[in-house]
Amino acid sequence: MSAYEAVIGLEIHAELKTSSKMFCACDASFGGEPNSRTCPVCLGLPGVLPVLNRQAVVLATRLALALNCEIAPHSIFHRKNYFYPDMPKNFQISQYDLPLGVGGHLEVEADGESFRVGITRVHLEEDTGKTVHVSESGRIHGSEYSLEDFNRAGVPLLEIVTEPDIRTPEQARAFMQELKSIMEHLEVSDCRMEEGSLRCDANISLRPAGSTKLGVKTEVKNMNSFRALQRALAYEIERQEGVLESGGEVNQETRHWDADANVTTPLRTKEYAYDYRYFPEPDLVPLELDREFIASVEATLPELPAQRRRRLREDYGLPAHDAVILTSSKAMGDFYEAAVAAGADPKAASNWMMGELSAYLNAKGMEIEEVPVSPAQLAGMIKLVEKGTISGKIAKSVFEEMLESGRSAEEIVAERGLTQISDEGELDAVVGEVIKENASVVEDFRKGKEKAVSFLVGQVMRKTQGRANPQLVNDLLLRKLRGGD
Amino acid sequence: MDKLYAMKAWELKSLLERREVSAAEVLDSVLDRIVEVEGKVRSYITVTEEEARKAAAAADAARARGEDAGAAAGVPMAVKDVLCTRGVRTTCGSRMLENYLPVYDATVVGRLRAEGLTMVGKANMDEFAMGSSTENSAFFPTRNPWDLGRVPGGSSGGSAAAVAAGEAVWALGSDTGGSIRQPASFCGLVGLKPTYGLVSRYGLVAFASSLDQVGPIARDVRDCALLLSLLAGHDPLDSTSLPGEVPDYLAALGGGVRGLKVGVPRELVQEGLTAGVRESLENALRLLEEMGAEVSEASLPNLDYALSAYYIIAPAEASSNLARFDGVRYGLRVEGAADMLEMYGRTRAAGFGPEVKRRIMLGTYALSAGYYEAYYGQAQKVRTLIIMDFEEAFRRFDVLVSPTSPTPAFGLGEKVEDPLSMYLSDVCTIPVNLAGIPAVSIPCGLDEGLPVGLQIMGKVLDEANLLRVAHALEEALEFRAEPDPARGVGR
Repeated sequence: MSAYEAVIGLEIHAELKTSSKMFCACDASFGGEPNSRTCPVCLGLPGVLPVLNRQAVVLATRLALALNCEIAPHSIFHRKNYFYPDMPKNFQISQYDLPLGVGGHLEVEADGESFRVGITRVHLEEDTGKTVHVSESGRIHGSEYSLEDFNRAGVPLLEIVTEPDIRTPEQARAFMQELKSIMEHLEVSDCRMEEGSLRCDANISLRPAGSTKLGVKTEVKNMNSFRALQRALAYEIERQEGVLESGGEVNQETRHWDADANVTTPLRTKEYAYDYRYFPEPDLVPLELDREFIASVEATLPELPAQRRRRLREDYGLPAHDAVILTSSKAMGDFYEAAVAAGADPKAASNWMMGELSAYLNAKGMEIEEVPVSPAQLAGMIKLVEKGTISGKIAKSVFEEMLESGRSAEEIVAERGLTQISDEGELDAVVGEVIKENASVVEDFRKGKEKAVSFLVGQVMRKTQGRANPQLVNDLLLRKLRGGD
Repeated sequence: MDKLYAMKAWELKSLLERREVSAAEVLDSVLDRIVEVEGKVRSYITVTEEEARKAAAAADAARARGEDAGAAAGVPMAVKDVLCTRGVRTTCGSRMLENYLPVYDATVVGRLRAEGLTMVGKANMDEFAMGSSTENSAFFPTRNPWDLGRVPGGSSGGSAAAVAAGEAVWALGSDTGGSIRQPASFCGLVGLKPTYGLVSRYGLVAFASSLDQVGPIARDVRDCALLLSLLAGHDPLDSTSLPGEVPDYLAALGGGVRGLKVGVPRELVQEGLTAGVRESLENALRLLEEMGAEVSEASLPNLDYALSAYYIIAPAEASSNLARFDGVRYGLRVEGAADMLEMYGRTRAAGFGPEVKRRIMLGTYALSAGYYEAYYGQAQKVRTLIIMDFEEAFRRFDVLVSPTSPTPAFGLGEKVEDPLSMYLSDVCTIPVNLAGIPAVSIPCGLDEGLPVGLQIMGKVLDEANLLRVAHALEEALEFRAEPDPARGVGR
């Protein structure tokens, strides 16, 4: 047990899944030819004015409600002023001291334990463009020039700030997993970290275990996956511990996670604090959300992961662990429920998804949406096992092929002749053969070594390429051996 | 018949509609006048002769076909160079945008185009509308047609000078602290600052977003009402644009002032008024009384702090609005910098003039950490108090009147080295912008041969009433003097 306790708070940015940008009608989707999704407004040309996207407000409200926030009946936008070439106006329109949602919380489960993370605020802001530094390294130092792509400029962003309630890297990861799943269930964001539609920075400090005073924190950036978040925080805990143990002081600074080198490095020393000169955006009117609006958004909230977990446990009798894994993403849960709806045994479907399917996805680095197998096909395969048409062992190889080819279990089984042999007559000969060929083992059995029968079952399975019904083989063997014929 | 260039828009419209003159003839008269006097007055940064000829030809063709050519068709207009015009250079009077071609039309320009806009040019102005004399134009100062040794006022000085000199029949200006009314006053014209939100700001290059309004500059109240009716109305592209129907401003004219309660804010007629301005004001008040209005003193005690509050709020907003001029995407870029920060610095050092730099620095300071509450926060509170003062006054009075400016046009170079005395030139007009209410300036007399303006202020969205009062006074005042810029002195 470490002498230190980590105190972690997260700042998350999620791009909202609106069809148009935050303050103009441009396409807000990812990608596109550089600067093809721009107009005078998101390019910040002289004379333009912002008009707030109502859908962004609806989506933000949806998430804020799901995170148990209070929705401000009156919130406003500020200008955050700083110069950077990817920001067309050299100010960002963002909510500041009157955000849309405040004072929420989220219950998260990690390692079988539940913990609560406070949500300080949820607010709306606009995204920036993207700078491409033209040099060998792709970084600004040593670059000849830089190019700007403003397709992303003005895409609606939600900023979610947590209280410093997280204590371990595992909790941080579990929180992000849960938040992502919530956003997917709410359909407010694509949550693709690799495309930058979900980003997370962490503030982390250490303090002696048992102390309530906060230590000096660092801010860690550039964590592009949940794994990176967990590893970066683990590294940072170790690093800060080393600094403190050797009697040093942690510098308050922003650090950059280098996933290749597995270290955080100081990004910039804060010689001076940035002064963003926030002031209320005069080009927008206050955002007034009345009770009717909030109620109408609330009424359309879909089932959230926590509710779904509870339902999966109650309706299908699944263990808690299964329910957590099956709600780790909306697609996972949807796949599972569709398979059960198609007639799969609930526990069997869960086992297949948590076992073979998850292993396959991990190995291939794929998302569940990308596999060619449909929930109905999984159900079909499970039914074949249930009916005894194929054995569990055969089913594994059938499923592997289903994942590769997208064909149904029935097709594969028929084509490869994998149907389980449950016909006594057909098996009788093979059983007789095995008994003949393994006289010494038979002898062992007769001397009272009952376990010797499993070896003989194995031999029958081998001879039938696994197609024999193992239970039937077992029965036949016992009958023959005991019967003495 | 009068010279066409010197006629009112409504007179020309009537001739055009009856096809007694053609739009081409009207335009020729104005273009000839430009040739005659532009060298002396210098109203325009860009003269758009070709575009104007096309518009006039289209107006004539439409009328020849018996079609409605539009309410602005064939009446030459000057457009302040702070309004974006697609494909037509829009400089804001700044080196920063010396060669900038907008890709879109400001909403007001678009609306006028739909009504047959005949734009003769983009009018000179103080750089980014910061100034009261048009001497802050990065290109050249504009001269007052009444006396070429004097300024036309500002920042819409080019627009006002063009209309006064016969280089346009009417004009668009913008008003952040008096930039329509003060030049209208200095040039003997009618200028109206609408209620904040009545006219779209989309495409108006922002100076101070919470104060800016586009408005008309014209030769009489009728033209002013006509042009306002073409500009006003909700614009979905401007979130601060007000919803609702636009009243018929022309129909409001001719109503008289009997029973009208007129307040004269004590704080706006204190020291600093010239004798001529004071006499003109008193004369106007006497005429109002003779026509049946009740005139009495009003007090809006917080107006004493209006100038100070304004010079915090406007520069603060400007410092943010002008941040986009950085050399990255459009406008001036000074090449040869070693890195990005140096490019920003060099570009902004070369692109902005001294007054713009002064205000950016003032505004940056006022918003900076540790000073925000003391400056910006305090100024906003003062602004609220001023709004309350006006609300209180309008419970007692229908309109408030004051001089538009404490003095008539001052000499070129007279105040340019002394920003504070220049700022004081707007002391009567600034409170109106802070309160968001409408006000109109009409000529009400001469002070040593120079026009004096009377400001009439009204309640929010009470433009129709303001125009009615302005029209009644205009008829009573019978202000008939005209400048003669060709000779260089007024007559």
